Amino acid sequence: MKELRIDERIYRKMGSYPSEERLKKGPVAIIECVEDIPCNPCETVCPRKAIKVGFPITNVPELNEEKCTGCGKCIAICPGLAIFVLNYNFNENLASLTIPYEFLPLPQVDEKIKCLDRNGNYVCKGEIVKLVPPEKNNRTCLITFSFPRKYYNVIRSFKK
Amino acid sequence: MEEKELVIIGGGPAGLCAAIEARKKGIEVLLIDENLRPGGQLFKQIHRFFGSQEHMAGVRGITIGEKLLNSAIEYRTEIWLNSIAYGIFKDRIIGIVRDGKNVLVKAKAVIIATGAIENPLAFRGWTLPGVMGAGACQTMINIHRVLPGKKVLMIGSGNVGLIVSYQLLQAGADVKGVIEIMPQIGGYLVHAAKIKRYGVPVFLSSTIVEAEGKTEVEGATICPVDQSFKPLLKKKKTIDVDLICIAVGLSPLNEILYQAGCLFTYQPYLGGTVALHNENMETTVEGIFVAGDCSGVEEASTAMEEGKLAGISAVEKLKREKYDEEKQEIRKRLNDFRIGTFGEKRRIAKEQLVKEYYERIKN
Repeated sequence: MKELRIDERIYRKMGSYPSEERLKKGPVAIIECVEDIPCNPCETVCPRKAIKVGFPITNVPELNEEKCTGCGKCIAICPGLAIFVLNYNFNENLASLTIPYEFLPLPQVDEKIKCLDRNGNYVCKGEIVKLVPPEKNNRTCLITFSFPRKYYNVIRSFKK
Repeated sequence: MEEKELVIIGGGPAGLCAAIEARKKGIEVLLIDENLRPGGQLFKQIHRFFGSQEHMAGVRGITIGEKLLNSAIEYRTEIWLNSIAYGIFKDRIIGIVRDGKNVLVKAKAVIIATGAIENPLAFRGWTLPGVMGAGACQTMINIHRVLPGKKVLMIGSGNVGLIVSYQLLQAGADVKGVIEIMPQIGGYLVHAAKIKRYGVPVFLSSTIVEAEGKTEVEGATICPVDQSFKPLLKKKKTIDVDLICIAVGLSPLNEILYQAGCLFTYQPYLGGTVALHNENMETTVEGIFVAGDCSGVEEASTAMEEGKLAGISAVEKLKREKYDEEKQEIRKRLNDFRIGTFGEKRRIAKEQLVKEYYERIKN
């Protein structure tokens, strides 16, 4: 049966995906939002004015990759759970990704996890490195986990 | 017989917003709701809403529900719960069954904000326990904290189907798949991406053949369809599920508007037959207003704005005061929301509705 496949190219085509150069510099927001949804809290919340939606609010958010510091404020506010922060330089071998996480029980820091791609396929093992508890962001937990660098464009979630 | 200035039927986002606006402007309001708690569907919307700051974007539905309810109480709105309006008669006399007893209330103006009802889908085995509306399932998991099944098939990939699938994952269920008869999903890609990255398959161009099981759902047989939506039964397969959720759209819940004598039209992008109304949300029966999904299925955000508009318009009628500026601002916010691939069609449909109101009220 024909299945929906989420292909990273649809996000890259939109142009607001950080450049390869910027991705490798350090923490940066990746906004995987490609439809004309009337929505702009990412623009309102950004302390650096690095995200622009403008008028009409159905515009797709545009990221100014130079202004973005990867602070992650946009992750928790996005109603579509479509924003992630990638740190390519977590250490010499590993990248890390911060995602909004809305499942219980929450994992523990240092816990080993299974990293998944956009279609939920298992890719590799990883480890939880940071957890911002749900009460900090109106019930959305922010979880940062690390994994081998080469999967920086592939991994978007994990399971325990 | 009790007499009230304004009676609002339905305490969801539209009804609550209408009540708050009318109370702010000093009108006596009776809000009735058939449930034991007002808020309509807001309290099961545990996800954050889209929109802009004025639309309370990024705020969860449940939080919006609490805010509206507190505000309605703060403005001392009279609320009757467990109360069902069964008819609106001559001179706006409303028949209500309140706690099982018949009560008649005479209103100077009425706002109908009864919301929408889930569309059914008939297939072999659809009456088995374990087949239910996705909205009903959402009420069970998010309000009553009951998981009605552990292995789920979702029929329909509109936003309701996608969001409820995600919330079923949150509730601990295993969503075995979402099936969609069209070659593309009906809802937002962000909602589909949310379940895809946790491994839920979304089958396109596919349909349900049969719910399996003797006394309850024990499985679901699904199959692909061809370009004319004909099931390709040779390729059918049975999946192991104990819950089948149906998310194939909503229809305006508007029987009471028919009964009250309002004129109707058919608007597919608003969910089917809807009562004609003007730019003030007034129907073709003078003094009867509509707001929210019962006047055309949209979203909670638009329901709240329509509720405010209907509330203010009812006040204008009752007090002979004018609030043109406030109404213009609300209309602007409504139009801000009715843009884009998903919203534009609804904006056009609403405009046609208003146009037809004036054409038919003349005759």
